[in-house]
Amino acid sequence: MAVSQLIGARVQRREDPRLITGRGHFIEDHVLPGLAHMAVVRSPHPHARIVGIDKAAAQSLPGVLAVLTAQDFKAQISGGMPVTPAFAPEKKYVPERFPIAESEVCFQGEPVAVVVATSRALAADAADLVQVEYEPLPAVVDPEAAMVAGSFKAHSDGPDNIGWDMTFAGGDIDAAFAKAEIRVSERILQQRLAPTAIEPRGVMADYSPYDERLTLWLSSQNPHFIRLFVSGAMGLPESHVRVVSPDVGGGFGSKISPYPEDYLVPAASRILSRPVRWIETRTESVMTTIHGRGQVFTAEAAALRDGTLLGLRLTQVLDLGAYHGTFGAFQACACLMSGGVYRWEAISARTVGVLTNKVPTDPYRGAGRPEGTHLCERMVDRVAQELGMDPADLRRKNFAQEFPYVNNFGLTYDSGNYDGTLDRALELVDYPGWRQRQAKAREEGRLIGVGLSTWVEICGFGPSQPTAAATGGIGLVEAAEIRFLPSGSVAAYVGTHAHGQGHDTTFSQIVADTLGVPLAAIEVHHGDTAEGPAFGYGTYGSRSLAVGGMALHQAATVVREKARQLAAHLLEASPDDLDFAQGTFSVRGNPAAHKTVQEVALAAYGGSLPEGMEHGLEAVSYFDPPNFVWPFGAHICVVEVDRDTGAVAIQKYVAVDDCGNVINPMIVEGQLHGGIAQGISQALYEEVVYDQESGQLVTGTMVDYLIPTMNELPVPTLDRTVTPSPTNALGVKGIGEAGTIASSAAVINAICDALSPLGIHHVDMPATPERIWRMIQEAAR
Amino acid sequence: MSGAGDTISADEIITIELTVNGTPRLGHVEARKTLADFLREDLALTGTHLGCEHGVCGACTVLVDGEPARSCLMLAVQARGCEVRTIEGLAPEGTLGPLQQAMWENHSFQCGFCTPGFLMQITALLAENPAPSEAEVREALTGNLCRCTGYQSIVRGVMAASGAAPGGG
Repeated sequence: MAVSQLIGARVQRREDPRLITGRGHFIEDHVLPGLAHMAVVRSPHPHARIVGIDKAAAQSLPGVLAVLTAQDFKAQISGGMPVTPAFAPEKKYVPERFPIAESEVCFQGEPVAVVVATSRALAADAADLVQVEYEPLPAVVDPEAAMVAGSFKAHSDGPDNIGWDMTFAGGDIDAAFAKAEIRVSERILQQRLAPTAIEPRGVMADYSPYDERLTLWLSSQNPHFIRLFVSGAMGLPESHVRVVSPDVGGGFGSKISPYPEDYLVPAASRILSRPVRWIETRTESVMTTIHGRGQVFTAEAAALRDGTLLGLRLTQVLDLGAYHGTFGAFQACACLMSGGVYRWEAISARTVGVLTNKVPTDPYRGAGRPEGTHLCERMVDRVAQELGMDPADLRRKNFAQEFPYVNNFGLTYDSGNYDGTLDRALELVDYPGWRQRQAKAREEGRLIGVGLSTWVEICGFGPSQPTAAATGGIGLVEAAEIRFLPSGSVAAYVGTHAHGQGHDTTFSQIVADTLGVPLAAIEVHHGDTAEGPAFGYGTYGSRSLAVGGMALHQAATVVREKARQLAAHLLEASPDDLDFAQGTFSVRGNPAAHKTVQEVALAAYGGSLPEGMEHGLEAVSYFDPPNFVWPFGAHICVVEVDRDTGAVAIQKYVAVDDCGNVINPMIVEGQLHGGIAQGISQALYEEVVYDQESGQLVTGTMVDYLIPTMNELPVPTLDRTVTPSPTNALGVKGIGEAGTIASSAAVINAICDALSPLGIHHVDMPATPERIWRMIQEAAR
Repeated sequence: MSGAGDTISADEIITIELTVNGTPRLGHVEARKTLADFLREDLALTGTHLGCEHGVCGACTVLVDGEPARSCLMLAVQARGCEVRTIEGLAPEGTLGPLQQAMWENHSFQCGFCTPGFLMQITALLAENPAPSEAEVREALTGNLCRCTGYQSIVRGVMAASGAAPGGG
């Protein structure tokens, strides 16, 4: 085994020099000769019948190349946009979704026509001239109201609004509740969120009619899946479609699933026989890029008076929007993770997906796991409050202790040390000190609260067998390829696709240590389906390192072992007698007899190979993990709530997390900082608002949809414990979503703790000053 | 909508002269073309990014006569005769300036999309206040949004740069 040098080191990111000099290549930076620009005519109504479309005025504008509607696209695109089984395989009503509406629009922003013109500005001008006559229909806005039989329907030809309705049963829930000495119940909202990558979406397509080949550039986390979906819909062999996702300016889940424009732009290119590009505006982004969350939970927990947790019964009502998101049912994993880090006798979780006249929801950073954690951590705090027990003590009493631990739904947590992260977090935050300060503040009438969130996450998707069922056929393994070039440099190809996570660096560290070559000799390639292995599975669900990093490690190991065989031949020694260190094979006991891996690489292309050995020094490897990975940790937030204004000020934020072995601590800390920021932001600021009567989007700009600035966010104190995953050779887990999964519960628990002297038990998100001020006024009555 | 007196139509082509990153440039632009689009499309300076096109996110920030400006809210014709500095002009080709070096060392950015706007805003800050306090840094940068980092790494980078490079750049 080579001495590890770079794994674990704070290596500065290799992608940064181009990004901090403005030399990155994002989707809007790509142009082609003859490029035409597309603008989308979108429905201003959440629900309406299309009576007629008059293209004449738009078509007559000089520079307009085409005005296209569903009629035109039906000859280009077949079938609907895909919906996967995910965690709700038993679907009920799944409305067919064509990328552009023909007779009925079902959410505000749904495409009804496109204009292609010689400039983006002209296309936008002409889009305004397309006259669409609508007959408005009643809008379905509230998912709970939409569940009731006889309510308005989101699709006029649908049977009802129920997308799915299923119950996960984990143990005998009635028996667990029968033993209850106390019960607490709560209704908990998860507001709709807009992922809001700072780079909007964008698509550019170039269809070549003579050889029937399509090149599609788009800002995507998931280029191979997009190739699969788009090639199928356009009737092209998958091998004739190349998808290139260049530098991606943030995704957070919003660039996983295919979008209407991913089909409309290439179809327009095929119709016009010239390259076409569409770049999303910010209002289009808030209105038509997927939303996350959008759920209402009702939950009841049962416990003994000594704090032993017994049972949890919950219902998740999930606002699907107008169509099922491609991976929208992934969010039902909130149910499977609702037990968190605790031992429960039984959990019963019903999930209901409800169609409404809004943009579809789909995975957004954490996707079901923040919701599950938030619910669980709120309910555990409610039990502690009811019992007058310290929330840290109640948690400790119920932590899963022995690993692997099988939860109520048969999911196996690979490794954990929940006491370890909680103890360290309590120490770092000075828990007893804050409890003392809290007591003193309360005497003075001030509202200080301390909130805990002890979390676990399912990630690293995933083993092929369950994930193939979840995607509808493709098992989420990961592929990588290592090529030693004759001069000794290394090209590494991966099927994941970074959008800020620093894979060029982390993956290079793994390759460098496995092959004993310097970082500078390694080039990591990703985001282009024309390169590397046949399929790549994308970056989401905190999977890239635990699955993709392992594939790369495996491929590099295969290459190293072939190099060992060849080195042994060249050194006239047995492969078993060779040591490998610092990139050099040497004969044990005779270090003067050695070959560097670069010398071996050249020899692999030479004329002196042993009999039976093929030329070249390269390997493709697929890694199919035996289990998911299960990062965990403890976050503690301290807040002070202003009694007069309802404003929340975060006084302290501590996060102690465990993602197994760490390849690059600097990048891990960056992921945590950013993830925590997004969870805090959900807790305090963000909400996509639709008018409850009209269904009109109210938060359609960055002025209305609040992304926190530098002045709103605290400086978290980070620390970690290291409990390696036993399921992969690197011992790694994921960290991309951890901060978001943990943090909303810590903040809201702190606010509820602060407000508890007023008799307030629960506060929904976003905990805006107005919401809290109203609750304080209400409580005072 | 034809031009009369001081009025010009949105698509009228106007000739402008300005200096961009120290080089005199000539442009023929529609009156309605933004400075950002002019830089990106006409001059191929694609380091200036567009995140919202309504003046909130700050990704398109450039310096106009030394002052930070939202190039998505400014017309190219308004930059006539001005000195414009973009991310590409922050350091000589192929090199990193001290600010960029400090941001790199501190893992200040992740996806890199908001990055150019931040760097230009920070350059203006350090030119005016070579040794800002952390509170001053936070105040000066509240007009730039980052969705990846939670900002702490950016603050750390600026503090390091201000120690290393009074005057910025």
